[in-house]
Amino acid sequence: MGMAVLRKTLPQMLVSSAFLAPLFLLLYGFFRDSLGPNPVEKITHETGQWTLRLLLATLAVTPLRRCAGMPWLIRFRRTLGLLAFFYGLLHLLTYVWLDQFFDWKAMGRDILKRRFITAGMMSFLAMVPLALTSTRGWIVRLGGKGWQRLHRLVYLAAAAGVVHFWWLVKSDIREPALYGAVLALLMLARLKKKGRQAPRAPVSTSGSG
Amino acid sequence: MRGRNPFSLPWSMVTPKHVYLSRRRVLASLLPIPAVAAATQRLEGIRKTGYGQGEKLTPYEAVTGYNNFYEFGTGKEDPARNAKNLRTRPWTVRVEGEVLKPRTFDIDEVLKLAPLEERIYRHRCVEGWSMVVPWIGFPLAELLKKAEPNSNARFVAFESFYDPRQMPQAAWAGIPFPYMEGLRLDEAMHPLTLLVVGLYGEILPNQNGAPLRLIVPWKYGFKGIKSIVRIRLVKNQPPTTWNLANPREYGFYSNVNPQVDHPRWSQAKERRIGELFKRDTLLFNGYGNEVAHLYEGMDLRKYY
Ligand code: HEM
Repeated sequence: MGMAVLRKTLPQMLVSSAFLAPLFLLLYGFFRDSLGPNPVEKITHETGQWTLRLLLATLAVTPLRRCAGMPWLIRFRRTLGLLAFFYGLLHLLTYVWLDQFFDWKAMGRDILKRRFITAGMMSFLAMVPLALTSTRGWIVRLGGKGWQRLHRLVYLAAAAGVVHFWWLVKSDIREPALYGAVLALLMLARLKKKGRQAPRAPVSTSGSG
Repeated sequence: MRGRNPFSLPWSMVTPKHVYLSRRRVLASLLPIPAVAAATQRLEGIRKTGYGQGEKLTPYEAVTGYNNFYEFGTGKEDPARNAKNLRTRPWTVRVEGEVLKPRTFDIDEVLKLAPLEERIYRHRCVEGWSMVVPWIGFPLAELLKKAEPNSNARFVAFESFYDPRQMPQAAWAGIPFPYMEGLRLDEAMHPLTLLVVGLYGEILPNQNGAPLRLIVPWKYGFKGIKSIVRIRLVKNQPPTTWNLANPREYGFYSNVNPQVDHPRWSQAKERRIGELFKRDTLLFNGYGNEVAHLYEGMDLRKYY
């Protein structure tokens, strides 16, 4: 790897390593038996929370870039999105292996019958095409517009993730409500930006006319 | 398939209880620490019983560190942290309603009301995990008999202590307090139904529902109301907290039943704390021989 390439990818590598720390803490805790009395529950909850946090972080890139004047953030959007998918995959794997122990029939029933699992699955499935088409090659193949349209699935993934969390808590809704509020805020920031752009267009046409 | 799991790590490879307690005693004798020892006070003269022979006990650290006690927060580690300062003395329990002799018992009187027994019971939470706990107490029937229920008494209503100043986290629990539970009178008088004052040989730790709680081993854990201050014998089925909060998910009976799922998750299996993979849940938590007759002719899907 040449120096130039390294310099270009170093920031992404640093961000990835930082966000992989929670995974290493979990693995370390698992093999040290220090995750508390119910390690599987702990792993399920941590991986689920990190999936949602990283999804929201991915969604925060565009508003922050535009509103807060941090254009350089765009370099991290793909990294954050892929990390979200990776934690989602670990979360699903925890469920399939440690929670259900490959009991496919039981899981099939779960997905159909338990709406919180349905929502979680929907969120995960929405992330799959995004992860698969995250490369430059796919942007070219789909065309900028097509790629952007496809990647709107990220809103579905985030919303379904919040709903999944909301539906699984027993009575204390503080945490899912907090994630929901952050998501709502991020959506609002986008709408506001669009709203500001709309009147600008006619101004520029009248100027040129 | 559920063999011996290769990852099973010794949760119990911690300092044995008596060792760290004796260390603590040494420390306490060196330092001017106020006597918080009440929380780990031994109970004397406990009769061992045959209940739970052959069951592997869930480690003390898990029994006292992984709790649902929503008055002290909704996280599993919250009660151990937040219940430390719950004042359990003075404490009284009022027994009233459809009884000939309504009475208020002082907690120290309750402790001497009947011989204390150790009973090792399986404990199944509605959330899908379970433990094996050496409880100390005596049958609830002993206390109820003292008040002499009259012929109108068909149900028993229980109420927990609630003090927002001692339990500030309760405001966020999302369920109303004081916590209320209830049993049918025959369930309450059943010899398995235990009024619990301790566990693992010691006074009940605050996070486990000090100073006095209920354990009904064939029902989901939330039926085992904690920190009891009032017991009322009543004519009609009393309201219960989780049933009020979500009637579809939490029935009045809430007998452990692998065939009747909670609407949001399956009850067919459970994770025994300390084991990695799940085991099958047993009807009536394995106490069917003793209690199935209570529900003869009842549709357990309807009366969940
Ligand atoms: C792939 C399908 C999924 C399945 C089968 C699944 C399953 C589960 C299960 C069984 C739990 C634990 C429920 C409990 O403790 O009662 C859980 C919790 C959670 N999941 Fe998922 N999930 C899925 C996808 C997702 C996705 C995509 C996200 C994020 C966008 C997510 C976020 C969460 C969160 C935040 C929690 C709660 C964590 C906590 O309580 O601290 N899940 N999930």
